Amino acid sequence: MTELEIKQIIFKLLKQIAPDSEPESLMPDDLIRQKLEIDSYDALQFVIALDEHFGIQTPEEDYGKIETLKNLTTYIQDKQFK
Amino acid sequence: MVEFKMPSLGADMEDGTLVEWLVKPGDIVKRGDIIAMVDTQKGLIDIEVFDEGTIAELLIKENEKVPVGTVMALIAGSNEVIHHLEKPVMEQVSETTTPKEVVKAVGIPETPEPKHRIKASPLARKIAADKGIDLTRIIGSGEGGAISKEDVEKAIIEQMAPLAGANIVSDQLPDQKAESIEIKKGASTESIRMAVAAAMSKSNREIPHYYLETKIDMSKALAWLMDANKKRTLKQRLLPVVLILKAISKALVEFPDLNSYWADGLQHKEAINIGFVISLRTGGLMIPAIHNVNNLSIDEIMNSLNDIIPRARAMKLRSSELSESTFTVTSLGEKNAETVYGVIYPPQVAIAGIGSITEQAWAENGMLAVRPVLNITLSADHRATDGATGSRFLMAVKKYLLEPESL
Repeated sequence: MTELEIKQIIFKLLKQIAPDSEPESLMPDDLIRQKLEIDSYDALQFVIALDEHFGIQTPEEDYGKIETLKNLTTYIQDKQFK
Repeated sequence: MVEFKMPSLGADMEDGTLVEWLVKPGDIVKRGDIIAMVDTQKGLIDIEVFDEGTIAELLIKENEKVPVGTVMALIAGSNEVIHHLEKPVMEQVSETTTPKEVVKAVGIPETPEPKHRIKASPLARKIAADKGIDLTRIIGSGEGGAISKEDVEKAIIEQMAPLAGANIVSDQLPDQKAESIEIKKGASTESIRMAVAAAMSKSNREIPHYYLETKIDMSKALAWLMDANKKRTLKQRLLPVVLILKAISKALVEFPDLNSYWADGLQHKEAINIGFVISLRTGGLMIPAIHNVNNLSIDEIMNSLNDIIPRARAMKLRSSELSESTFTVTSLGEKNAETVYGVIYPPQVAIAGIGSITEQAWAENGMLAVRPVLNITLSADHRATDGATGSRFLMAVKKYLLEPESL
């Protein structure tokens, strides 16, 4: 899966969780939760959606590695290669 | 014969519009069945019945707006004989099927009142008088042109901002049900805002609040949670607020004066139903109740949150969830302000405010360390309790959170 494809899926999942937000406006280094005003509960739903879509497992201690669009994309790519 | 009335779904609710009956005369209902959908300022709510029996008559038409307490239907107990079953009142969904005599029987006028008398709710009159609004210039959206609080509030907004007036969506329900729901959704953010404003104004006007705050070292609780989450699948993962809700519910068992209503004196509530404040992404709040939290395991509390949060955001809650809270918790979640002081939701007598857990300098046993710290506040009604009670309650919550395994 290319970086662009991963990003498109991330945008789609974010849009489902925060329908009124504009995930496409995220810059690579923006903090996703802050920019899109996602609370703790929705953040957990987002991680669940990520794991289901990409077939990965995101342990709690990795939450710090997926805070920006750039980090999240890299994280998913690394996980998929494993 | 039992009267089924328009329920009050909170201190701020004056009336509701019946959108759909989900039962017809002759249907057998039991406690907890959803028998109607009612449109309120807080969106579409499923209304449950609290009696058992057979629906004898439906007295309110669909799309009719009636005040809280209006008899909507008659339910015959299991031993009663129903005489009207041979002519079902509502075979089809239509404005004209309800017989006129039924409507008259409960005292709801068929035609608008004569023009010289203005129909308006007492609250609407009071607000209008306070704000100098001329009621004769308002077209009421209620039954028979009755002017409601919302109508007056709209008039105030229109008066204050003439240009904004064009954007205000009318609450008047059109004949088409589908249309009415759509329009209501468009107007809902504003009406929820208004409902919250009205309830909170009433609270600050009438309740003598006192405030307390304490800090809790959450390192043990978070370590316990991290460990517990490792054993759970992602979907079962617990949020810190679940532990806090459990600790609060256990403390409330010890302090029944805080799990009470104030209505002509203190009324203890047996069940500990915690109203959990959920902010809507479009603005405004919903406060559904999690029932009997003290009897739920932490996994069950998490399941409850997984159930009510999406439904609250979609404005799909049941009547009992909006009307039966006995205590409220407002939680800011992670990465937000560290302290929040709540405003009591009447007729309740207390609300706990949960700030974000933040790393703070922590002095203990003569040593300084950095710990994850929770600032928890209690706003309580001085008519019901004193600061001493509130303080002991917060110490009890702290005790439970310092021993997470006890939860």
